[in-house]
Amino acid sequence: MTGAPTIWAGVLYAVIGLGLVVYALTGGADLGAGLLSLFSRGPRKEEQEHAVRRAIAPIWEANHVWLIFVIVVLFSGFPRAFAALGVALHLPIAFALLGIVFRGAAYVFHAYGIQTAEARAGWSRVFGWASAVTPLALGAVVAGVSSGDVRVSDAGVTSGFLAGWTTPFALAVGLFALALFALLAAVYLAAETDGALSDDFRRFALALEVLAGALALFTFLLAARYAPELSRNLRASGWTWPIQGATAVAAVATLAALAKRATKLARVTAALQVTLVIVGWGLALRGHFILPDVSLANAASHPEVLPALVVAVAAGSLLLLPALAYLFWIFKREGGAK
Amino acid sequence: MSSLLAARLQMAVSLGFHILFAVAGMAMPLLMVLAEWRYVRTRRAEYRALAERWAKGTAILFAVGAVSGTVLSFELGLLWPRFMLHAGPLIGMPFSLEGFAFFLEAIALGVYLYGRERVPARVHFASGAVVALSGVASGVFVVAVNAWMNTPRGFRLLPNGDFADIDLTRAFFTPAFPTQAAHMVCAAYASIAFAVLGIHAFRLLRRPHSSLHAAAVRIVLPLAIVTAPIQALTGDAAGKQLAVYQPVKLAAAEALFETSRPAPLLVGGLPDMKARHVRFGIEIPSGLSLMAFGDPHAEVRGLEAFPREDWPHVPIVHLAFQAMVGCGTVLILVAAWGAWLLLRKKSLAEHKRFLVACVLAGPLGLVALEAGWTVTEVGRQPWIIQGVLHTRDAVTPMPHLVVSFVASCVVYAFLGVVVALLLARYVLRDEEPPETQP
Repeated sequence: MTGAPTIWAGVLYAVIGLGLVVYALTGGADLGAGLLSLFSRGPRKEEQEHAVRRAIAPIWEANHVWLIFVIVVLFSGFPRAFAALGVALHLPIAFALLGIVFRGAAYVFHAYGIQTAEARAGWSRVFGWASAVTPLALGAVVAGVSSGDVRVSDAGVTSGFLAGWTTPFALAVGLFALALFALLAAVYLAAETDGALSDDFRRFALALEVLAGALALFTFLLAARYAPELSRNLRASGWTWPIQGATAVAAVATLAALAKRATKLARVTAALQVTLVIVGWGLALRGHFILPDVSLANAASHPEVLPALVVAVAAGSLLLLPALAYLFWIFKREGGAK
Repeated sequence: MSSLLAARLQMAVSLGFHILFAVAGMAMPLLMVLAEWRYVRTRRAEYRALAERWAKGTAILFAVGAVSGTVLSFELGLLWPRFMLHAGPLIGMPFSLEGFAFFLEAIALGVYLYGRERVPARVHFASGAVVALSGVASGVFVVAVNAWMNTPRGFRLLPNGDFADIDLTRAFFTPAFPTQAAHMVCAAYASIAFAVLGIHAFRLLRRPHSSLHAAAVRIVLPLAIVTAPIQALTGDAAGKQLAVYQPVKLAAAEALFETSRPAPLLVGGLPDMKARHVRFGIEIPSGLSLMAFGDPHAEVRGLEAFPREDWPHVPIVHLAFQAMVGCGTVLILVAAWGAWLLLRKKSLAEHKRFLVACVLAGPLGLVALEAGWTVTEVGRQPWIIQGVLHTRDAVTPMPHLVVSFVASCVVYAFLGVVVALLLARYVLRDEEPPETQP
């Protein structure tokens, strides 16, 4: 299964990257909204929480299928990468799952339970905290695959179960993911609500954008020590600086748009910013799933499987994307959330 | 506890939990759409109320199923990395298709649950139908994966354990696929139909004049009457398929130690593994020969025809098989009674004894479902891929798996209790007060 990566493997690698971007922009924002609900305060506390729930109610399940999509494409197209991830990063993945289970369960129990206000408030808190666990754990997974500490030989993972994700860098990546997801949620909510409520979310978003910027810098600095190869790739190539420059421009544009109350514009620039962060990271992996041992060249599945998978994904998307667009059009168009 | 046992138990708990929500996700949308359809036809308020109630139930069960399903997709890698390493490419296609079907179901459910006031009535109804269809499709795709594990096809096994010459079409349409898929879809409809019938029969006993519960029985009972006997036929087909492709599993299910011609069908009984003999069982002469091959004189291979290390845990498989068949038989009897009453145009709402029978039969479909999956999965042991990869060789090297097993038991038990309490409140609540919208 080793050899030169085929064009099909490259396409699937890009599909996985695209899946991660869409998951961040939808499911990530959805997790961020849960986190925001923990910080709702002031005279409009209840309205803020209500806006969060109303915004995610019709779409949260669809948003989280993107993660399953990524996983399925990964294990079908690159089984060796999936097997290694399941062993080396067993623990953070298990924590992410715990977060997903409690978040989803708490959400429905809150939404559909016929219960006392106290019980509902309890589920609401579980929902908020569980929303924080998953981005932190997923951040640790991202840090783990980027660290260069997870080593994989033909016999399997050789670096144990704690390598790569138990570092300050992993925590920083997790916090950065948390800040970006919460930023997306705040910007989306500011654009979807009006008046004083929108202003609340706009202020959240401004604070989160500043925090995200600080965490980005912090993470970048830590990477030099805890993810040296990734850090070199981020610093040393011709394409990285334009992308990082564009990320910074998108961040500044988001700040400016928020300051000028152009929340619809901020929605676009914030989404662009998060997309560029993920694309920049993905390019710095240089075709790897786990630095430095598991790559497109040695993890790709049988050559007869990859094209079929690409065709299946394309055909499925033809069916799915119009349906998804319709769902968002119904619930997120102008005045749709009223 | 060994890592292998902990991993197997964790998988068993995860699957055993998920399957209940998965079948609800397959069958509840059909009930919801049937109620909606009756409402469209008759404009009677109780059907609309019923459609909305079943939709709420679907929403809760679907959401829990979605998270437990997400957990399973990861658990395949967390617990069985070597299985995924080899099988990933082959079962990736049905899993991908399942992913799309599930995605479509989630989208359509969003439209159906929250879009009643926002989309045209026809679109709303159609979205419900899409939920029902894509739910069944995703169930069928997942069964394709399991059927491949039972009758693996579409590859050539190399001496080092790797696979070559992958053929995705053959890997999808395996010998076990048609019978297993039919048996599973029918199981989903039958078990949910009887569970829902049991719930509404229980409420009718308390409130005999409730139009809502009577309407529910009118919709669910026909589904139960149709699916219960069909399930026996699909089960028979699955048994004949086992006889050819997984004879050890069939021998374990029937606790048939010696190869026999003709072979009797064993009802009940406790297998004594030391004596290689079954105690307290009732034998129906030639029954197994007939069931397995449709010929009363056919030879059926017993466990002793196979190496001892290839036997599954016989008592578990046998008892699970007996439980499944026993529950199925009771359900067929209840279905026949219901059909008889319907034909004679009896008022079911006032027929106390039949309602009590429905209440008692309510959980049996789900018991049969769990027992049936126990037969399928435990019966395939010691293989994770029949004849190709041993379960013990597929397990993760991760130490202390018992911790994650215990944690998953606690989490699932907690979720199970909460879901049960929530549903119980819905069931016990009287229909008059208006609902509080989230």
